[in-house]
Amino acid sequence: MTENTIIKLNKKIVQNEGSPVRLYQQVLKKIDNIEDSLNAFVTITPKEGLAQARESEKRAKEGKLKSKLDGIPVGIKDVFCTRHIRTTASSKMLDDFTPAYDATVVKKLKDAGIAIVGKNNCDAWAHGASTENSDYGVTKNPWDLTRVSGGSSGGSAAAVAAEECIFSIGSDTGGSIRQPAAFCGVVGLKPTYGRVSRYGLIAMGSSLDCVGPITNTTEDAALVMETIAGRDEKDATTVEIEVPKYTEKIQNSIRGKKIGWVKEFFQMGVDKDITEAIEKAKKIFEILGAKFVEVELPYAKYGIPTYYIIQTAEVSSNLGRYDGIKYGFNAKNSDNLIEHYFKSRDEGFGAEAKRRIMLGTFVLSAGYYDAYYNKAMKVRTLIKKDFNKALDKVDVILSPVTPTTAFKIGEKSQDPLQMYLADVFTASINLAGNPSLSLPCGFDKNRLPIGMQIIGKHFDEESVLNFGYQYEKATEKEIWRQYKPVTS
Amino acid sequence: MKEISIQQVEDLAKLARLGLTEQEKTSIAKEMTEILNYAQSLNEVNTENVQPTNQVTGLDNVFRIDQKIDSDIPIESRLGNTPSVEDNFIKVKKVLD
Repeated sequence: MTENTIIKLNKKIVQNEGSPVRLYQQVLKKIDNIEDSLNAFVTITPKEGLAQARESEKRAKEGKLKSKLDGIPVGIKDVFCTRHIRTTASSKMLDDFTPAYDATVVKKLKDAGIAIVGKNNCDAWAHGASTENSDYGVTKNPWDLTRVSGGSSGGSAAAVAAEECIFSIGSDTGGSIRQPAAFCGVVGLKPTYGRVSRYGLIAMGSSLDCVGPITNTTEDAALVMETIAGRDEKDATTVEIEVPKYTEKIQNSIRGKKIGWVKEFFQMGVDKDITEAIEKAKKIFEILGAKFVEVELPYAKYGIPTYYIIQTAEVSSNLGRYDGIKYGFNAKNSDNLIEHYFKSRDEGFGAEAKRRIMLGTFVLSAGYYDAYYNKAMKVRTLIKKDFNKALDKVDVILSPVTPTTAFKIGEKSQDPLQMYLADVFTASINLAGNPSLSLPCGFDKNRLPIGMQIIGKHFDEESVLNFGYQYEKATEKEIWRQYKPVTS
Repeated sequence: MKEISIQQVEDLAKLARLGLTEQEKTSIAKEMTEILNYAQSLNEVNTENVQPTNQVTGLDNVFRIDQKIDSDIPIESRLGNTPSVEDNFIKVKKVLD
């Protein structure tokens, strides 16, 4: 495992053994060396970041660090507004968009003293599972440069794995934090819907979007959550529930606790190596004193069709604001207002955004609304009840994140439906709103990382982090923990 | 199930104010047909007496006091990304003839 965790770096900074400026320069050097082949950033911000690192350094010398994140180099997925820093959503539509304000999550991190490295590449508008939909090129997988990094937060996961930043903030609408984390061998947490503010996040599916950290370790994820979680008056769906000291709570023993095991999941075309890795993890949890209980999620198999109706409906509505007038791409030479809308949206949006706008418009249109949208909203209720019922019996559920490890660049990009199926184990959790942690649990025969996910009750991030951390500690000495990406 | 026709694609694109090339119309018709066919599996699910879920954590309407809040972002910087501005107003092409 890497030495470059927030926890370890913070200790060095506190003891004045590590310098935030030097740390930031190391990260920039890494970027110089590998970014041309990796492409994990749309925009790199050395000027802003170095200034922040210098401030951190001053505070460190005076013993006045703002938080444990003070002086830590951070990447931000390019769907979060960053004041005076270009924010593209990886779409040509926003190629020259520079927000006048910070997203709440960015503001909180700045207040905690981070040094921003840049804006991470992703699928345009966060639509995708491979970053191949980015208008700024695919982000490659640090473990095998011929493979995808996953998506949509592929740039975030790849940058953390390749140590181009120490952690990154991603967004997860149907798996977009967890799947790339699994593909790149890092940790990703999708918190409960409403746990972290969405203010300043370029909206994709507003009833599904969640903001969370991508880190090297579960302990780091716990630490970042302490900073970014909580009620925000600018996002009415955030809730007034106290944010626990996750870094302390994760130290608790999991002895006697219960883990749900969903047999059907492993009959849904999961790679043999993934099944074996998760079965091994199961044994480790048993050694730690946890008990496995079989649970059923009979409606989970309807997750993808339900998700692709609700999500595209919300996408078509959220992307309605890009009209070529207020901000964003504006077409030249249109004769009248209506033509200006059509042309700006035609030229500004890529193929996947167009496909989703069209699907969403269809499922919301008169005559189809009940058969598709309303039907999906009802199935969503059943999926949510499924998870509630299962989680009444257990503390968390253990599941695969993905049916396969990272696939080849180009393998699925011509077949949208195949790409959508990459979310088969993740999307239903967004429909249900539960928190879920994706963390590494081994490697396949091609030495590609395998992830597993730990799903918890609403607002019980504490438990998923607790189980994740205990597993991580118990497997510290495993040989695969020594493997390094090809970019190192 | 039936296929999505080019005509349907054109009608929907009009509703969405979305320009599409001829090639895009063909591929979108094909892909929509495929994806919507896949979604047919939802018809197997009995949803009689099931309420739709609009808000997953069970929040009801969340209100704030209806009063003006001053912003520290000046109007010029709010309009900084707007392509066509005059006297702090957004300019659009003529709406009515």
